[in-house]
Amino acid sequence: MDETNLLMRIDGVTTNFHTYAGIVHAVDDMTITVPKDSVVGIVGESGSGKSVTMMSVMRLIPSPPGRIESGHVWFDGATLNMADYVQQEGPNRGMVDLLSLPPEEMMKVRGRHVSMIFQDPMVSLNPVLTIGLQMTESMVAHGIADNEEAWKRAIEMLALVSIPNPEERMRDYPHQYSGGMRQRVMIAMALSCSPELVIADEPTTSLDVTVQAQILELMKELKTKLKSSVIIISHDLSIVAGMADKVVVMYAGRVLEEADVYDLYEKPGHPYTMGLMKSVPRLDADDRERLVPIEGSPPDLLAPPAGCKFAPRCQYAMEICCKQEPPLITIGDGHRARCFLHHPAAPAVPGFVKVE
Amino acid sequence: MLKFILQRVLSMILVVLIVATATFFMMRMLPSGPFAREKKLPAQIIQNLEARYHLDDPLWKQYIDYMGNLVRGDLGPSFKYTNRTVNSIINDGFPVSATLGVVAVLLSVAIGIPLGIWGALKQNGWQDNFVMFIALLGVSVPNFIMAVLLMLVFGLWLHVLPVAGWGSVTQVILPAFTLAGYPIAFIARLVRSSMIEVLRQEYITTARAKGISERLVILRHALRNILIPVVTVLGPLIASVFTGSFVVEKIFAIPGLGRYYVTSINDRDYTTILGVTIFYSALLVFMNFLVDLTYAWLDPRIRYVERKVS
Repeated sequence: MDETNLLMRIDGVTTNFHTYAGIVHAVDDMTITVPKDSVVGIVGESGSGKSVTMMSVMRLIPSPPGRIESGHVWFDGATLNMADYVQQEGPNRGMVDLLSLPPEEMMKVRGRHVSMIFQDPMVSLNPVLTIGLQMTESMVAHGIADNEEAWKRAIEMLALVSIPNPEERMRDYPHQYSGGMRQRVMIAMALSCSPELVIADEPTTSLDVTVQAQILELMKELKTKLKSSVIIISHDLSIVAGMADKVVVMYAGRVLEEADVYDLYEKPGHPYTMGLMKSVPRLDADDRERLVPIEGSPPDLLAPPAGCKFAPRCQYAMEICCKQEPPLITIGDGHRARCFLHHPAAPAVPGFVKVE
Repeated sequence: MLKFILQRVLSMILVVLIVATATFFMMRMLPSGPFAREKKLPAQIIQNLEARYHLDDPLWKQYIDYMGNLVRGDLGPSFKYTNRTVNSIINDGFPVSATLGVVAVLLSVAIGIPLGIWGALKQNGWQDNFVMFIALLGVSVPNFIMAVLLMLVFGLWLHVLPVAGWGSVTQVILPAFTLAGYPIAFIARLVRSSMIEVLRQEYITTARAKGISERLVILRHALRNILIPVVTVLGPLIASVFTGSFVVEKIFAIPGLGRYYVTSINDRDYTTILGVTIFYSALLVFMNFLVDLTYAWLDPRIRYVERKVS
């Protein structure tokens, strides 16, 4: 992958939650790269650490109980305007580590350079403040517009996300909007400061299906218009496949596979990814073909299994899988997977493309 | 909105009339009467007194007369304080009690809300424990103990404030703090718990994700949401504090309305009991009405609107 074109690299981020029952290893040694002007999809079941990873990037993990134990989030220094914190040498030259920024500098990043769209628009907007105030405040806080100008820009943004009568609707409150409209507002809000990166955390999960399609369509459209990079989190592989250039498959707080979206479909490098694809309905399937679920449930992150986290549910698991965790290895151009089946000594598995 | 207010005013009047009726008849069920003395008055004198105050009329007639006067705003003469009407007792006492009450309410809000927020922001830290300790103290120490302690410390030891009396600004401070003790504690607890609740809401995360300062997150996004429960308790609190506290007014020798609640019942001072009860209930009902209006201002979801067709 072209390293000069890098917007953000999440590097070895580990986030734990210290609860009364023990330490929950929500995200472990997470590593993802996000190129400029790209869409990265993150797929995984509930509790696989997708959201926690992104909240760690934003440094919005509630603490206590959460704690980012280690790692870096390298962000392109050219856009940040924080000369003091830019790495001068080494592999991360020209990058800024978001995790080591002082809180007041981090505040300048949130909303301005990295913004977020949340899962449930019904609860993500403040019920007692007008849409107008909520739309304008980040522009005002980041000093890119005064109140009056921000108001005008917010109206433009609302029009851009197809809210009818935007001038009028600015004075309305969230409860006067429908769910789909609120998510449009969330999107407009996230884009209002033209951030370099927009993180969409399951943006369509809580919407009904017809609205889902509209929101996805809108996001694609805005993506090409506004030139922000997007990280889209979903548990639905089909949503991610339709939007992303690159897909990261997460499981139990780890990356199991990372690949270009075509590579992922053509030669999945991990049994979990294969399982995910078999559990999604396909249009070209035979009438009688059944969906194949992945049996079992994700491991308890309070006491994760010793070896590969997926081994207990993996139908190809070998002896070593339960003893030792496989490393994330490169199996192609920008294609990495965490599976022992790629080892030369491992048996061949149908449908699994092994690298030499 | 106008229709809503009109409906509420009508129902408020109804409530006050029901309270008046209930009090009137319950009061008359009490044994003894306003002219009972340890040394029995001669029968002729009692008869004359009863005739003077129309107590010899049948009860239903007395009731109708009283209600008639009430509607005209006349609460009748006091039986105990000769030559004084209940109206004049309220006119004299209420401003004093209300002044004290305003100060006490301002204190409870100005101290209770920040204390609660502080505790919530430092949840489980020493600051939080400190706030909760103050709250526990405020709720559990009775006001007569509080009054005496304050007098002792600030009046007798430090000599900075007068221990009792009414008339100067400094004389308001100690009784106001005594009155505010419980509400401060109560509001601090309430604000703390609702703040903790609100800070867990997703819209707070959204606000933080926008990169606005934590100060704005608290003051703009959280505060308004926590004010709803606070306003709920504030209405009745204001009504009770404004009409005065028997204990506090007695201890600090304040000529307020509070003492009439207790003394008039012991004296079977029928008109005074009725008068202050009606006054208190009217104030309470009115405060609740204001609370409802404030709700609508705070929370747009409960705003009363004519449906717009869009």
